[in-house]
Amino acid sequence: MKDLINIALPKGRLGEKAYNIFENLGYGCPSIHENNRKLIFENEENGVRYFWAKPSDVAIYVERGAADIGIVGKDILLEYSPDVYELFDLGIGKCRMAVAGIKGEHESTEKTLRVATKFPNIAKEYYRKKSREIDIIKLNGSIEIAPILKMSDVIVDIVETGKTLIENNLEPYEDIVDISARFISNKVSYKFKNEKIEEILNRMRTELSK
Amino acid sequence: MSISEEILRKDEKAIMRLRALYEQYGYKKYKMNKFEEYDFYVENKSFLKSENIITFNDLSGKLLALKPDVTLSIVKNTNGIDKLYYNESVYRVENGEYRESMQVGLEYIGDIDLYSLSEVIGLAQKSLEIISDKHILDISHIGIVAGLLDVTGLSHIKKEQISKCISEKNAHQIKKICDDNEVCADISDKIIALASIYGPFDKALEAAKSLVVNETTKNAVDELESLYCILKATGSDKNINLDFSIINDMNYYNGIIFQGFTEGIFSVVLSGGRYDKLLHKLGKGSGAIGFAVHVDLLERYDAYEKPYDTDILIIYNDNADYSILALEVKKLTDNNESVRVQKGNAGKIKAKKTFIFDGRGLREN
Repeated sequence: MKDLINIALPKGRLGEKAYNIFENLGYGCPSIHENNRKLIFENEENGVRYFWAKPSDVAIYVERGAADIGIVGKDILLEYSPDVYELFDLGIGKCRMAVAGIKGEHESTEKTLRVATKFPNIAKEYYRKKSREIDIIKLNGSIEIAPILKMSDVIVDIVETGKTLIENNLEPYEDIVDISARFISNKVSYKFKNEKIEEILNRMRTELSK
Repeated sequence: MSISEEILRKDEKAIMRLRALYEQYGYKKYKMNKFEEYDFYVENKSFLKSENIITFNDLSGKLLALKPDVTLSIVKNTNGIDKLYYNESVYRVENGEYRESMQVGLEYIGDIDLYSLSEVIGLAQKSLEIISDKHILDISHIGIVAGLLDVTGLSHIKKEQISKCISEKNAHQIKKICDDNEVCADISDKIIALASIYGPFDKALEAAKSLVVNETTKNAVDELESLYCILKATGSDKNINLDFSIINDMNYYNGIIFQGFTEGIFSVVLSGGRYDKLLHKLGKGSGAIGFAVHVDLLERYDAYEKPYDTDILIIYNDNADYSILALEVKKLTDNNESVRVQKGNAGKIKAKKTFIFDGRGLREN
């Protein structure tokens, strides 16, 4: 029981994709496919225990050692700066963090910029580097509404295809950073379960760089 | 009355054993004031992990601080050669709140040579052994990291960015920064290799040898190799790994830095390193190396939680004869049992045995 590797996966599409990668590498856990509400699944044979967590919580579980390793979007790592090892870029779940606003307009440089976002730290850091004074409006979802209702001038959010933006008459102004899924590890687990974590990492490197 | 170690918590036991260990090697205890003048910390801000310090005015209006660090105070008061240890509370911000935490630490101040280096590393390893059988001491050398970063020729800010990636073992990001800034592939591969090295001292040292690019890196690898030989001679090279992802402020630390971990605690349990530069900054000629054990992390070992609050619980009521009750209690305590006497009911107390005192004698419940 003690020697299982605890793996935190983000609930949703990215987590499912990530699980499939683990399964292909030989770390499958068949019970995960059962259709039920369980959150924790283990397979002693392969030495793994998976659990589903809210994407933004994956980094917390790994930082605190409840999970030894996890798969998490770079957006979460940038926003919360957890003290973990970022060991590999899986290259899946690709998207970008961008500034967006009403189509055909541009960021006014004359006044304090009102920025609506789910990622206040990323937005603050980005505008600090540009020496812009901003007013952060932290929202938890449906960010696109903010500029439409004139609550904010721009939004800082994840853009995947840009479809949601277009449908709401918005467009990306500038890209901030590219985002993809990362393999992270708890720093202490990496030391005590080094062999197993390196094994997973090496298999993943070989498989995904094909 | 003999004292059993059982009543001590894991952290209290560890403190006593650590003190005994340091005394055995001739280190002297250093007892210090809880407060320090605030100005002192302002001058040496970057040595501290956080700028948040609890301050207050003394009776004459001078601004004082509850000390966030012990090393600075020790160094300030030293004149050259000292072997000291301490057991002190420090006050720091953790998770956005001020917290008092207990540190037991050791400082070797003087002319640091390979012997003193190996003695301190050996004591760090023995300290971890006291805390848990399952422990690891990770060693890094600032010279290797700094030397490799130097040959990139990048600006200070870019070097800091790469340092941060090294501390995350983030190979893909190191590659990106190096590529974006036209660092030659040979160097960027070496930096990536440096970040990825992890393993037993001897094996990892072989890997580190291929990363020598200049005199700084060469001296660092040589120093690690000599250290390894001394540790090996006394068989104390076990559970020591090399890990160059340990990064610390290069303005204060130089040479070897290290961190200790024990299984089940997901934080750095022991941290230390060589800090000659701090001494020079404070105008002292000599060098120094030391470490601190963050003992209050040990309370997280829940295996040491006691299953019972007391051996014996005695419940009595209003019409009891107190002299007889007192006699019964004396009999039991003389027998080295712990006894809790309580009126009315047991409440939430967990006892091995519970007795009811019915006025004349004890009746098992």
